[in-house]
Amino acid sequence: MGWISPFKLARHGILGMNKRNCAYIGRYNERERFPLVDDKLKTKLICRRAGLNAPKLLHTVRSQHEIERIENELAKLPAFVIKPAQGSGGKGIMVIIGRDGDEFVKSSGARLTLDAVKRHLTNTLSGLHSLGGKPDVAIIETLVIANPIFNSYSHEGVPDIRLIVFQGYPVMGMLRLATKQSDGKANLHQGAVGVGLDIGSGQGIGAVQFNQPVTRHPDTNADLLELKVPNWHQLLLLAARCYEVTQLGYLGCDIVLDENRGPLLLELNARPGLSIQIANGAGLLPRLRLIEEQDNFYMSVEDRVAFSIEHFGNPDNARQPALFNETQGPRPASA
Amino acid sequence: MRKIGPFLFLVALLFLGGITTALLRHNALGIPFAPGDQQFIWQLEARIQYDAEAEASQVKLTLPPVQNGYEILSETTASSGFGYSIEQAEQRRAVWSRRGARGEQFLFYKLELRSDPTLVVDDLEPPEASAPTWIEPFETAASQVIETQLPQSSDGPSLAQQIIRAMNTEPLDQNLALLLDQYSPAELLDALLRTANVQARMVQALALEDARRRQSLQRFVQVWDGDRWLLLDPATGVVPRDRELYLWQTEAPSVLDVTGGSNSSVSFSMISQTRSALTVARENSEEFRLSLYSLPIAEQSMFKLIMLLPVGALVVVFMRLVVGLKTSGTFMPILIALAFLQTELIPGVTSLLLVVAIGLLIRSYLSDLNLLLVARIATLVILVIGIITIVSVLSYELGLIGGLTISFFPMIILAWTIERMSILWEEDGPREVLVQGGGSLLVAILAYLVMDIKTIEHLAFNFPELHLCVLAIVMLLGRYTGYRLMEFMRFSDFKQVLKD
Repeated sequence: MGWISPFKLARHGILGMNKRNCAYIGRYNERERFPLVDDKLKTKLICRRAGLNAPKLLHTVRSQHEIERIENELAKLPAFVIKPAQGSGGKGIMVIIGRDGDEFVKSSGARLTLDAVKRHLTNTLSGLHSLGGKPDVAIIETLVIANPIFNSYSHEGVPDIRLIVFQGYPVMGMLRLATKQSDGKANLHQGAVGVGLDIGSGQGIGAVQFNQPVTRHPDTNADLLELKVPNWHQLLLLAARCYEVTQLGYLGCDIVLDENRGPLLLELNARPGLSIQIANGAGLLPRLRLIEEQDNFYMSVEDRVAFSIEHFGNPDNARQPALFNETQGPRPASA
Repeated sequence: MRKIGPFLFLVALLFLGGITTALLRHNALGIPFAPGDQQFIWQLEARIQYDAEAEASQVKLTLPPVQNGYEILSETTASSGFGYSIEQAEQRRAVWSRRGARGEQFLFYKLELRSDPTLVVDDLEPPEASAPTWIEPFETAASQVIETQLPQSSDGPSLAQQIIRAMNTEPLDQNLALLLDQYSPAELLDALLRTANVQARMVQALALEDARRRQSLQRFVQVWDGDRWLLLDPATGVVPRDRELYLWQTEAPSVLDVTGGSNSSVSFSMISQTRSALTVARENSEEFRLSLYSLPIAEQSMFKLIMLLPVGALVVVFMRLVVGLKTSGTFMPILIALAFLQTELIPGVTSLLLVVAIGLLIRSYLSDLNLLLVARIATLVILVIGIITIVSVLSYELGLIGGLTISFFPMIILAWTIERMSILWEEDGPREVLVQGGGSLLVAILAYLVMDIKTIEHLAFNFPELHLCVLAIVMLLGRYTGYRLMEFMRFSDFKQVLKD
C-alpha cells in the first residue's frame, strides 16, 4: 500500500467518495426514489411493468407463517434463488441449483436441509441481511444460467456486469468475477475480481483484485484482458433504459448474461461504488462532466448509448463488426 | 445543486454569530475564556450558644479584621427573632439583641473566605506599649526573666523568640515555671514583652482545617517589628506563612460579650472548597439569570457532558468525511468517548475490549440458536449487563478498581456493537471487523482526547454559543467534496495504471 498524490488523482478525474455523495448522488438521485432500488421487490415490479428483462419472480415470502408451508412452493421449483428484498452487498443470497433427495444443493455443492432453508428465510424476514436490520421480505426468483463464455473466468457464481449509468448514459462498466477467496460472491470487498470493460465493445481492459492490478483470474488463470462480453450493445441498452424507469440520475445497474435469455437486470444501486475506476484505470469525472455539459434532454435510449460508445469507448476495440450502424453521432451541444 | 452562495452566507453568519456572542459575553460578564485557576474557598461558621436569662439580652461577637492572605467574599447571619446590627468599635462587631428570650439560644454567623496568599494589607502603627501590672511574686519573676533574656536580643521580635525558646526548653527556668503556673503561655509572652516595652498584643485566631467542627480560637501573640505585626506561636515561635491561620480578634478586648445571659460560648466549624475563578465570579453576578448556571448542580454536570457531544460529533464528521475512516455505527464512537470521559482512557479501552470480546464469543453461540433479531439483541443486552456485573464484581474482589467504571458504558450501544461486529465477522471476515472496530475505537479515542481538553470542556459549557461555530464547521464539512485522506491509499494503485 502506498499513497497517491491528490493532484494526480484530480488530474485523472478520479471521483472521490465525498464528491460522489454530494455532487452526484445527492444532486441527481431524488431521495423518494431510493426505495425503488433499495427494495429489490419494487425494482422487480417496475422493471416487469417497463418490460426490462430480469430473472422471473417466482414467489415472495412476507410473513413467518408462510415459511411453515414453504415446502409446497419449493417442491415445484427445481432451482431457485432466495434474496432479501432489502439486502445489500450480496448479503443473504442463497442459490439453490438442484436437489439431492430431500436436500437442497447450493451452488457451492453444499447440501442444505429444508430446515436450513427455512431458517435462512426466517433470518431474512427478521432483517438479518437488510440495511439497518429492518424486517424484510424474501424474494424467490429463477436461477440465472450463466453464459458458458464465462466458465473459464469464474469460480462458482454468476459473473455480473456493473454499469454506471449517468442521466441515462452508460459511462463505465466492470465485470465482477467470483473467486475462491470471495466464496463465490461477486463482491469486490470479499475478493472478487473486477474487470474494467471498454464501453464501446465490452472488451476487458484491466482488472483488479483487492484493489491490486491483476491480469489473470487467480483460480482459473484465464487471461482477463482477452475477455469480451457478448451481447454488449443489448446490455448497454438495458442499462440505459433503467434511467427512464427509475428517474435516478446516478445509477449502478447490475446485469447478468443468461445463457438463454441474454442480459437480465439483476439489481439496481443508487450508491454505486468507486472501485470501478480502479478496474478501468480511468476516472469517472471527465465522463460525468461531458454528460453534464450536454443539454439534450430528449435523446432516445439508442442515441444515448451511441453517444457513450463514441465518447467513452476505445475505437481500437470497436473495429470489430459493428452491430449498431443505425445510430447517429451525437448532436453538438448548443451554447 | 442548491446555490453555494446563500449556504456560505449562512455558515459565515453562524460562525460569526457564535464568535461575537462569545466575545460579548466575555467582555460584559467577565466569563474567562480559559478554565482558570482553582481557588481555595473557606466557609466558616461561628456558632454562639447561651442561656437567656434576663428580659433583654444582647450578644456581641467580634468579627475578624481585614488581614493578609484572605478576602471575605460574603457574610451572613442566621438568628431567628433577634435584631441584628454591626457596630464599629476597635474591631467590627456583630450585635444581636432580643427581648423576652428565655432558655438556650443559638446564633450563627457565616463567613466565606477566599484564600489568596498574594493579598497584603498594611498594618497600622500601634500606639505605645502599655506595661501590664504584675502582682508579687510574679513581678519579680517576670523582671528576672526579662533581665536574662534582654541582653541576648536586639529588638522586640528577637526578644520574643528568645522568650519562646526559653519557655519551651526543658528543664524549665524556675521563674518561668512559676509564671506559667499562673498565666497561659500566650498571656505570659504578651505580658513579658509589654513589660520589656515591646509593642505586642495578644490575638486569637482560628486554625483552618477542612471539615472541622466545634473548634475554638487559639491564642497567639503579635509583635510589631517596626513595619508590620509579626505573628508568634508561643509554642513554636514565628508562624510560617503557609500555616492556615485566620485572625479573629486582634484589637478588641474580647471575642464574645453576652449581657443578660449565661453559659455563653462560641465554637467554629469550617469546610474548604476548591472552585474556579469562574464560579466565584458567577456567584457575585446577578446577570447570569436564564442561563445554564441557573440549573441545579446535578443538571449542570449533565449539561457539561451534553455540551461536549457536538465536539465529539465534529471529530466523527472530520474523521469520516475528511480522513475516511470506517466506523461501526455512525455516532457510536461519541457515546464510547463519553464513557471514556468517566472511566479514563486505559481502563475504559481495556474494559470495552473485554466486554466486546466476551460478547462476541457468546454471540457466536447465539448464531446457532436461530433467534429472531429483536430477541437476539435483547438477549445480548441482558448478557452485556451480566458480563459487566461479573467483571465489576471480580475486579473489585481482585482489587482492580478500574472494573467498577465499566458500568458507564451504554449497554444498548454495546449490545448493538457486538451484534454488528458478529454479523460483519460472519459475512465479511475478521479483517473487516478489525478495520471497522479499530476505526471506531480510534475515532472514539480521538474524540475522547479532544473532549478531555480542559479548555474545550470549559468553552463548551460556559460559551454554549460557540456551538454555532461547531455547527458551521460541521455544515461546511457536509459540503466538502474533495478526496478523503484514505482515498489516497485506496486509489494508490492508479500509480501503476495511470500515465502521467
